[in-house]
Amino acid sequence: MTEQLIFEYRSAGRKGFAPIAAGEPNLPADFLRQDDPLLPTASELDVVRHYTRLSQLNFSIDTHFYPLGSCTMKYNPRVCNRLAMLPQFLARHPLAAVEHGQGFMQTLYELQQMLEVATGMNAVSLTPMAGAQGEFAGVAMIRAYHDARGDTERRQIIVPDAAHGTNPATATMCGCDVVEVPTRADGDLDIDKLRAVVGPQTAGIMLTNPSTLGVFERQIKEIATLVHDAGGLLYYDGANLNAILGKTAPGAMGFDVVHVNLHKTFSTPHGGGGPGSGAVGVGAKLRPFLPIPYVMHDTKGGYYWATEATCPQSIGRLSAFMGNAGVLLRAYVYMRMLGSKGMQRVSDFSVLNANYLMVRLQEAGFTLAYPERRASHEFVVSLKQITRDTGVTAMDFAKALLDHGFHAPTTYFPLLVPECLLIEPTESESRQTLDAFVHAMADIRQQAYDDADAVKQAPLNMPVRRLDDVRAAKQPDLTWKRD
Amino acid sequence: MPFIPHTDDDVTAMLAAIGVTSLDKLFEEIPAELRIAGLDAVGPALSEAEISRLMQRRARADGEPLCFIGAGAYDHYVPAAVWDIATRGEFYSAYTPYQAEASQGTLQVIYEFQTMLASLTGLDVSNASLYDGATAFAEACLMAVRANRRNKSRKILVARSLSPVYREVAAGMLKGQGITLVELPLQDGCCDLAALQSLGGDYAAVAVQQPSFLGTLEQVDHITDWAHANNALMIGVVNPTSLALLKPPGQWGSNGADIACGEGQPLGVPLSAGGPYIGFMVCAAAVVRQMPGRIVGRTVDIDGKPGFTLTLQAREQHIRRSRATSNICTNQGLVATAATIYMALMGATGLREVARSCNANTGSLVAALTALPGVAPAFGQPYFHEAALRLDRPVGPVLDALSKQGVLGGFDLSRDYPELGHTLLVCATETRGTEDIKAYASVMSDVFGVAA
Repeated sequence: MTEQLIFEYRSAGRKGFAPIAAGEPNLPADFLRQDDPLLPTASELDVVRHYTRLSQLNFSIDTHFYPLGSCTMKYNPRVCNRLAMLPQFLARHPLAAVEHGQGFMQTLYELQQMLEVATGMNAVSLTPMAGAQGEFAGVAMIRAYHDARGDTERRQIIVPDAAHGTNPATATMCGCDVVEVPTRADGDLDIDKLRAVVGPQTAGIMLTNPSTLGVFERQIKEIATLVHDAGGLLYYDGANLNAILGKTAPGAMGFDVVHVNLHKTFSTPHGGGGPGSGAVGVGAKLRPFLPIPYVMHDTKGGYYWATEATCPQSIGRLSAFMGNAGVLLRAYVYMRMLGSKGMQRVSDFSVLNANYLMVRLQEAGFTLAYPERRASHEFVVSLKQITRDTGVTAMDFAKALLDHGFHAPTTYFPLLVPECLLIEPTESESRQTLDAFVHAMADIRQQAYDDADAVKQAPLNMPVRRLDDVRAAKQPDLTWKRD
Repeated sequence: MPFIPHTDDDVTAMLAAIGVTSLDKLFEEIPAELRIAGLDAVGPALSEAEISRLMQRRARADGEPLCFIGAGAYDHYVPAAVWDIATRGEFYSAYTPYQAEASQGTLQVIYEFQTMLASLTGLDVSNASLYDGATAFAEACLMAVRANRRNKSRKILVARSLSPVYREVAAGMLKGQGITLVELPLQDGCCDLAALQSLGGDYAAVAVQQPSFLGTLEQVDHITDWAHANNALMIGVVNPTSLALLKPPGQWGSNGADIACGEGQPLGVPLSAGGPYIGFMVCAAAVVRQMPGRIVGRTVDIDGKPGFTLTLQAREQHIRRSRATSNICTNQGLVATAATIYMALMGATGLREVARSCNANTGSLVAALTALPGVAPAFGQPYFHEAALRLDRPVGPVLDALSKQGVLGGFDLSRDYPELGHTLLVCATETRGTEDIKAYASVMSDVFGVAA
């Protein structure tokens, strides 16, 4: 099953748009383009069929179970999309006067407040457009805090070896040096190694808790004290917030700044790679540095934007306007529908599903990376033994799962566990779906021992089979060209 | 329970399988001193009917004013098919296409997007999107510093006529790495070419916006050649609609710009209060290894059948970590899908008609407003679909008065460009026809009459 490129629906002169009231342009000739850009010539029906067919080549949450660790692929309620796309919200110009935006701004203001509660932070800015930009804002605020105190030599950011790649990449973008600290065999951070690297050069530490290993970092209080005593600050990567909603909060653990991936915990769609939102929350120390704009409120003036004028110490703006507004509206609708009790059920049931799936997979013969630990909302399976016995790797399992109608878990991450699968079922999935996944995993395991080559052939039932990544990189074909 | 399928029997059976007696036991590794009492402050849950009513009320409260603001976000007509298709669950709820075999739809859409953007800008390679125009510009500056092998300068020469907020965002993103923006001054609404001639050559790149933030058309050929003669790379910040009519960055000067970037919102993305929009970046093949963000390539599978996959990933954070070209991970994938569908529907002809109509409507708007005493064109330059007007009084109170009558009259330039005096930036896209323009002119004459 494949679909030709939209450029191959060629019929010179065919149009996919309704006529537009023509006007005579008034532009000097030397500014004009001489050639036509290579855009399709297709009818509206051609275009609708083409993109509908392409959509059908995808796995998605709406069609498949997606146990992708650290990505929180939960159901994206349709009503969130419908209400975020109400015509007046879509028509609102970002620079429109605030009196034409009070309903919109009240919604953002209340979202800020709900996120403050969920994270245990003092203030929230919704402007970062993805988790990585939230991280950037957080580290930039940490730098601004030290600089404002005249403490200008703090340039090291500490990250655990299990961290997401965005953490060290963010530190570099902020002009900081990265110091990596190893994880112990039980999944907690090696605190003696941490003690050895903190000091007057420490700007801060970036942590995900529960960590990317799917376990709760039990020494977090001690870590917070250690870093704070050295003069550093603590950054909370909110990728795994789903596991602790209403149970504990970054504020309670001693964090100074946090970003929340609204496209994970608060169910806005991943959209095939975005848009996301990486709202940031801060404690008292970092409040003056929060990125603008965010929504403020007073009884006289109603809702208004915090700007350079109201926040002179802010790290400034991160987007041309105010971030991914439509994503924020979706998250707001979701959170209001959950309410306080529903938010706690998110962590209850995501953790229930993860622990159930972990136990069932262990019963089916799989090796857990941290068998002594309780799973958070995700857990790590290592296929090292199977690979040693049969040659079938984590990659082969991932591809074979596709043939069984399941999206693969996250593979080869975290980097410190060999041949690993990071599995996150989320609270959306039923026991029946989890059981079916266990059966598929057990079948593939059996097949690995019976006929390893057959597993290595997978996938067989997808639109394409395994792709030649080397050729893709060595002979890059990145745009279509007219013959 | 909203969005959770478990029955009581499921919970009992699952807890038994795990070997615990209650849900709370699953959280026993969280130290007791860190536990919180719950999230009562969030308030009670609303039903789908209740939240629908609440959101509809809020949306209606904001009204539907007649908008003549551009300043980086443009109100174009978006055909119904664009978002109907883009929000199909298979696009809307898919993940990043790391498992290529299960993501051929998204991957092919991005390959088509890359092809369209490369062709619009006249350059070789597009990435799969960045967050928005402002961050795309910042990333272009960072990329230019990494990519310029002939000049190790950490300064970028940036036109004052380039969007003030893009410059502000970029300055913030470049600061940590010690990269600074140096301003190329303004002369009659465009880059001051005489000032350019007198500058030394110590810049990693030169950045110009075409059309400029002030709506004017810059002498991009001259500036591009100056940049290259001075060992600087050329960055063009461009509006994609305008590229149906205007010379694309790949054809600027003798050798073309090296990097084009900008805001893709005009390509089928509603104003939506500021986002999600879509930053784009396209570059010459020579500098692709320094490009940030995801890139899709076409290859073959083990049976030799064509297919698509993410490629050149050795630039990215999940592989290179602290040595990556950027920290970007999540981008604006769904918005890229919508933009691709929009461009497919419009084709080159449709996009050119939109561009022509915008240019003509803005011309009519300028004519209607400058017919009023006290309103005059601010510059003697050609413009695309935005124009600066000089008023005989402060702009803020005029905009407030217009807003009270349901007209968003434009963008007040006086905060960012105090040297221009009382200057207002107005825009009329293809969706603001003769009647709308008449309505604006009539309200404006009331405001001027009353105030005068």
